[in-house]
Amino acid sequence: MKLLTHNMLSSKCLKGVVTGYPLTIIAKDVKVSEVDFNQEFVSRVLPKLDWNVLWKAAERLGHVGELPQTLIENYENDPEFLKKVHHVLLEVEVINGELVCPETGRKFPITSGIPNMLLNDDEV
Amino acid sequence: MNALKTFNRYLLWFANEHVDFRLAEIQAILELYKIKAKWLEKPSPKPYWLVELPNENDAIQIASRSVTMRYIIELWGGATSMEDLHTELKSMPESKILQYCEEHLSFKVKVECYGNSQTAAEKVEKIDTFNYLPLKGKVKLKNPDVTFNLIEYWGMEPNNLPSKPYNVFFGRLIAHGQRDLITELSLKTRKFIGNTSMNSQLSLIMANQAKVQPGDLVFDPFVGSGSLLVAAAYYGAYVLGSDIDYLMLHGKTKQSRKQTRDKPRVDESIFENMKQYKCQNRYVDVVVADAALPPWRSSLVLDAIITDMPYGIRESAETIGSTKIQDGKHVVPENEIHIPSKIEYDFSKMLEDLFKFSLTHLKVGGRLVTWLPVLLCDYDPNELPMHRCLNLVSNCEQKLSTFTSRRLLTYEKIKEPELHEVGAFTVSYGAAFREKFYRHAQKLQKERAENRHNNREIVLSLSEP
Ligand SMILES: C[S@@+](CC[C@H](N)C(=O)[O-])C[C@H]1O[C@@H](n2cnc3c(N)ncnc32)[C@H](O)[C@@H]1O
Repeated sequence: MKLLTHNMLSSKCLKGVVTGYPLTIIAKDVKVSEVDFNQEFVSRVLPKLDWNVLWKAAERLGHVGELPQTLIENYENDPEFLKKVHHVLLEVEVINGELVCPETGRKFPITSGIPNMLLNDDEV
Repeated sequence: MNALKTFNRYLLWFANEHVDFRLAEIQAILELYKIKAKWLEKPSPKPYWLVELPNENDAIQIASRSVTMRYIIELWGGATSMEDLHTELKSMPESKILQYCEEHLSFKVKVECYGNSQTAAEKVEKIDTFNYLPLKGKVKLKNPDVTFNLIEYWGMEPNNLPSKPYNVFFGRLIAHGQRDLITELSLKTRKFIGNTSMNSQLSLIMANQAKVQPGDLVFDPFVGSGSLLVAAAYYGAYVLGSDIDYLMLHGKTKQSRKQTRDKPRVDESIFENMKQYKCQNRYVDVVVADAALPPWRSSLVLDAIITDMPYGIRESAETIGSTKIQDGKHVVPENEIHIPSKIEYDFSKMLEDLFKFSLTHLKVGGRLVTWLPVLLCDYDPNELPMHRCLNLVSNCEQKLSTFTSRRLLTYEKIKEPELHEVGAFTVSYGAAFREKFYRHAQKLQKERAENRHNNREIVLSLSEP
């Protein structure tokens, strides 16, 4: 699971949960791989991200690097900055671990990089 | 004909397959590249369409994406008889054609004869009648610098052949369409496939209908083995998928193809498919999730949703529910904590959920491309799911059997819905549709079995070739 995906995932489908966001990451294995940088893509998804959540997730995994805690202005024309964002969004990956619902503590396993968001029938 | 205008005319030559998909595909490509095309003849089931395009580059762009089109030529002449064609070509200003006839340019003339057959000798004979063209280069059959196309159109009824072709065309080849891509991305050589993987041709057509562009974010909520995402990623999109089948996403279902030894299936996953086609840089993630209960927060904005929902013939459609049904196929391995039970996912409900999801997550201008199975006897275009924010842009039919077909529906989100509209939206698509569809399929299978028994030719195909 990449941090881009984490930024978009919630547990709101659990019964009684209001926002279910952000999910807390408990990482057992984290992998960093090289992914080609696409400036256009990064600047297109950036406005849809919850920056704070991204930053905290990256920090938690120990990969925040020089990423500033508050989003800078005019990032569209700042390839150096966008490369750092690219790194945390697409290159850092949780291979095994868990995602934890902030409201109920329900854990969703991540196995071989794939989060399992299925619910039990008594949870819907 | 106005000679000055001659070179703005192009002829699109199509493959004799998926005829009903041509217009939707080409129109999507025209929109994608903002090409202003003017049809010189209303597009029809004929294998060629005539169009006026602002310039040659537009023709190249169309060819760079179309999989239904074989090639596009710059039209030098088109007539209802050979004599008229020759007259037209002879009256062309030399200044227009000399640049393609120079000595250093090798060339060939290709003769296409649609609806009739021709011998090699006849071909040569036909080519010889064009000997007035001032071609100075050498003939080269393989990869010539310039290719000319002579096309004879003998109509669509091989049993009712006219004495001479209805139409004849001559032109210069501009570019080939993407037919080769069909082979390049073929399921036959793909590392990871499932029993409902979509073939590469239809997947590419779907990505075209979705107007997929480089840098887009494309999602498939019934991702299976990811065949639709392969096409989207190939066209430069970043791809994301989900599926309820844990074993499928982990490549732990029955192996893709028979292997000679019990080798571990190390390379069977959607990610490995992306790697196979050098698209791994655009693989975002796949998530095990129920499409009825999408785990995505609302800020997930998608450029396109392309999907193929289960319709209960070759795979099960399920959702998390309260009716306990033991289903061996979906038992999650030991290290997983929960084993949800599943209930059948009603087709109307599935469509409804897909629409709600699209209303929420598609960007304005983004497209939803999905299949709808239909019983020919029940089909009513007025029953298709509709919403004022999702505009049905195309509806193409693929015949599956004598009783059934499936339709590729393309919707474009034209505005944001009001919040209450999404919750209130409902779809009712044919009562007990799945059972009927399934029964018809079974009936057909039985028929085929009987046919086989009688040693007769089986001509009908229930599934994809
Ligand atoms: C027609 S197949 C899609 C095949 C896919 N295009 C491929 O390339 O393999 C339908 C898929 O929907 C999945 N499915 C069934 N019910 C589902 C649900 N409620 N939510 C998500 N996926 C579901 C099945 O596991 C199956 O993989």
